[in-house]
Amino acid sequence: MERLRRTMMFVPGNNPGMMADAHIYGPDSIMLDLEDSVTMAEKDTARLLVYNALKSVNYGDTEMVVRINPLNTPYGKKDIEAVVKAGVHVIRMPKTETAEEVVEVEREIERVEKEIGCLGRTKIMAAIESTLGVVNAYAIATASSRMMGIALGAEDYCANLKAQRTPGGDELRLARETIVVAARAAGIDALDTVYSNLNDMETFRQEVEYIHRLGFDGKSIINPRQIEVVNEVFAPTEKAIEKARTIIAAIKEAEKKGSGVIAVNGKMVDRPVVIRAQRTIDLAIASGILTPEELA
Amino acid sequence: MNTLKERADLVAEEAKKLNKGVYNDADSSKIITARRELQAESCKLATLEDAIKKSGLKDGMTISFHHHFRGGDKVVNLVVDKLAEMGYKDLHLAASSLSDVHKPLIEHIRNGVITRISTSGLRGELANEISHGLMAEPVIFRSHGGRGSAIASGDLHIDVAFLGASSCDPLGNACGYSRSENAKSICGSLGYALPDARYADKVVIVTDDLVPYPNTPNSISEHDVDYVVEVESVGDSSKISSGAIRDSKNPRDILLAQQAAKVIINSGYFKDGFSIQTGTGGASLAAVKYIRNSMIEQGIKASFALGGITAHMVKLHEEGLIERLIDVQSFDKVAAMSLRDDMMHKEVAAYEYAAADEPGSAVHYLDIVILSALEADVNFNVNVLVGSDGIIRGAIGGHPDTAADSALSIIVCPLLRGRIPCVVDEVTTHITPGSTVDVIVTEYGIAVNPRRPELVERLRNAGLEVVDIHSLKDKALSIIGEPEPIPFGDKVVGVVMNRDGSVMDVIRNVND
Amino acid sequence: MNLKTAHAGTLESGDILVEITPGTAGSGLSINLDSTVASRFGKQIKQVIDETLTGLGVTDAVVDATDKGALDCTIRARVTAAAVRATGKDVWKD
Repeated sequence: MERLRRTMMFVPGNNPGMMADAHIYGPDSIMLDLEDSVTMAEKDTARLLVYNALKSVNYGDTEMVVRINPLNTPYGKKDIEAVVKAGVHVIRMPKTETAEEVVEVEREIERVEKEIGCLGRTKIMAAIESTLGVVNAYAIATASSRMMGIALGAEDYCANLKAQRTPGGDELRLARETIVVAARAAGIDALDTVYSNLNDMETFRQEVEYIHRLGFDGKSIINPRQIEVVNEVFAPTEKAIEKARTIIAAIKEAEKKGSGVIAVNGKMVDRPVVIRAQRTIDLAIASGILTPEELA
Repeated sequence: MNTLKERADLVAEEAKKLNKGVYNDADSSKIITARRELQAESCKLATLEDAIKKSGLKDGMTISFHHHFRGGDKVVNLVVDKLAEMGYKDLHLAASSLSDVHKPLIEHIRNGVITRISTSGLRGELANEISHGLMAEPVIFRSHGGRGSAIASGDLHIDVAFLGASSCDPLGNACGYSRSENAKSICGSLGYALPDARYADKVVIVTDDLVPYPNTPNSISEHDVDYVVEVESVGDSSKISSGAIRDSKNPRDILLAQQAAKVIINSGYFKDGFSIQTGTGGASLAAVKYIRNSMIEQGIKASFALGGITAHMVKLHEEGLIERLIDVQSFDKVAAMSLRDDMMHKEVAAYEYAAADEPGSAVHYLDIVILSALEADVNFNVNVLVGSDGIIRGAIGGHPDTAADSALSIIVCPLLRGRIPCVVDEVTTHITPGSTVDVIVTEYGIAVNPRRPELVERLRNAGLEVVDIHSLKDKALSIIGEPEPIPFGDKVVGVVMNRDGSVMDVIRNVND
Repeated sequence: MNLKTAHAGTLESGDILVEITPGTAGSGLSINLDSTVASRFGKQIKQVIDETLTGLGVTDAVVDATDKGALDCTIRARVTAAAVRATGKDVWKD
C-alpha cells in the first residue's frame, strides 16, 4: 500500500507531554516542529527532546516528520544532524523558495547519513510559503529524488502576496492549484495549509472538501479533533469502492490468465485507472470502510 | 343501658379489655394562637447545642452526614467543631463521603473526638494523613448501595444523623433546594441522606433557609425528623461542580469518549427504551454527547438516566431523548434546579438506587454504565480508591453497584496518566470485581472481558479494534518502565466492604 | 570539566526541570529529586540522570530535578540540554 498522507499533525517540539502520545489519535503523519513553535532560547532543548522522542517513542506506523529551521539560521544544520541520526522519515523544510535550497538540505542529510551508514534513508518535503516559492514550485518538487511532497504555508504566502485571508480562500487559489499541479507533475504528494479556528468545524470541513476536489493528498492539521473530519472527507464513496473492486478483481483475473491486458465489461483499463483504483481501496481500508480480509 | 352511668361503666369495661385508658375531656385544651406564630414555637426548633443535648448523643456513639454539597460542605465541620467544644469523645463518624474540605477532622481525630470513620471516599490532606496511619481503627469504606443496605439492615446503626438541607420548615420537612426568596444554597437530590433520615435513632436537620410550613414537595419528611437547627450556611453550592455545561476540550478525553460511544452504539444494548448511567469524568460526560447524535439519527430514546445527574443529562431529557431522570446526587446547579422544577426528574434514596438486596433498586434495571478508574488489572478488577502511590485519593461511589447490576459496564480510563499506568498486573486495592466489568476503553485500544465473547464479536463486526488486556498492560510498561513496589507498611488503615456486607480488601499504611 | 550553573526543562505535566550546579572536584554527582512519581520511579529517574551525565563526562555536580511524570526519553533530553548549557559543549557539530 502506498502511504496515505491525509493528515499531517503539527506538534510543538518543546512539549514532551504532547509528543509522547500524538500517535494515539491516528494521524497519517506527525510533524514535530523545531521552527515557528519554538522560541530562539529553546531551540537547543527542543532539538534534544525531538531527537530523544524519535529514538524512544514507539509511534507505530505513523510517518514521522520534523520541521527544521532554515539552513541560513544557526540551527538548521544541527537540526538535520539530530533528526537524521534519530531516524526521522521526512525532513520538512520551511519557507522554501528555490530548488537550490533543497539541494543544500539534501547535501547536509547525505553527510550525516554517510557518517552513520544509512545513505538515502531520509526523505524531504518542502513547505512553500512565498510567491517566489509558488513560481518555483515544480523546480522545488523535482530538486531531489528524496522529495516526497510539497505543502502550502498560507500565512506567510498571503503576507508576501499582499492579500487578505478570506474564508473562501480566493487569494490562495492560484497557489493551491500550482502546488497540486507541480506535485502531480513531479509524482509526489501535495499537502494543504493549516486551518486554525478550532471552534468552526463547519468552515474547516468546507475547506477540506474544497482542497479534496482540487486534488490535494491531505491537509496539515493543528489539533487531533480535526482528524476525523479530514478522514471523513477523504473516505471514498461506496460507488467508487465498488468500481475499484471490480477493477482490482479484473487485474487478478488477468494475472491468473497470464494476460497483460486488463478489461472490465469488455473495455480496456489504462494504467492510471488501475493506480486510482488501488488508491481508492487503500483509502477505504484506512477509513475503516473495508477490511483487508474482505478484499481477499 | 339508658343512664350515662351505665354507658360510662361499659366504656371503662371495654377500655380495660383493650388495655387502654378512658378519655378524659378535662385533660384537653385548645391552642388558639394563629398558626403562623405557632410554627415559631415548634418543639423541634433548637440551637445546634440544644439539639445535640436533647438527642441523647453520648461518647462512643455514631453520628452521620451526607455529602451532597461535596467540596462545598459546611455541616460536617460545623457539627464536629461543636461536638469537640461540648467535650464529646470517641465518636464514630459515618458520612456518605468525605473530601478535601474536611481537613479540620484531622485535629478532631488527634484529640480523640473522632475515633472511627465510615465513608465512601476520602480525599486531600485527611486522606493523606489516614494513609500514613493517623487513626488506630481502620476506616470502613462502603459503596453507596452498600451503605444503604448496611443502614437498613442495622449493620451500620446511626445514633444521630446531622443532615444539611437547603430548606426546612419548623416541623422538619426538608429539601435539597428551596422555593423561598431567601434561598441560600442548593444541592438538589438528598438521595444519600434518605437512609439516615429513615433509620437513624435521632435526626437533626441543619438548614440555612427555615421556611414556613408546609415545605412541600419535600424530600425528607417531618415524620423522620426530631430537631431542626437554623444556621448561617450549610454549603457552598458553587462547589458541587463547575456549574454550566462545559465540553471537554482535552483531545485525549474526546478520543476516549468517542471510543466509548462507539462501544455503546454497537454493544447490542443501544435500543429504544434503554437506560444509562455515566460517571462525571470528562470522557464519561463527553461520551453522552456522541451517543446523543446517534440517538437522534437512529430515532432511539432512553427510558431513564440514573445516578449522579449532570446538566448534560438534563439537556438530553429536555430534548426528549431521555424520558426520566433518577437522581441520587445532583452534580451541578442545573441538575439541582431541574430536580426542583421537573416532575419527571425523580430523587432516589441510596438503597433504592443501588442496594444489592433491594429487588427494586434502579441499578437492577440499568442497561449501560460508563465508569472511570484509577487502575484496572489484567483480570478486569478495578480500583477507584487508592492512588498508585498507595495513598487514598478517591471514593468507591456507586462503582461496584452499577458495574455488578448493569447489563453492560464500560470503564473509560487513559492507559497512562503522565507516568502512572492505569492497566496493571494487579490493582492496588480491589474495589469492583473483574467479573462485573465488561469493557475497558483506553486510548491504546479496547479490551473486552473474556466472559463476554458476544461483545467481542459485536464490536469487531462494527470495525472496532479489540485488544487483549495483557497487551495494554505490556504497552504501558514498555512506555514507562517497571515501577518499584508501593512502600506499604503493615498497619491496616482501611477496610473495603463489598456491597453484600462481606470484606473485599484492606488498605495498608504507606511509609514514605 | 568547567561548569557553570544551567537549567533546562519546564514544570509542565510530562516534563522535568533540571538544574545543574558545579560541584567541587572529586565530589561526584549529587542528585536531589522532587517527583510526583517518586515512590514508584524515583530510583529509575535518578539512574537515568546519573547515566546521562556520566556519559557526557559531567562528574562533579549538584543536580536539582523537579519531575512532573516525565518519561525516560524526556529526562535524557532535559539532562543533556542542561549539561550542554552548563559545559558550553554541544553534542552536535558546530
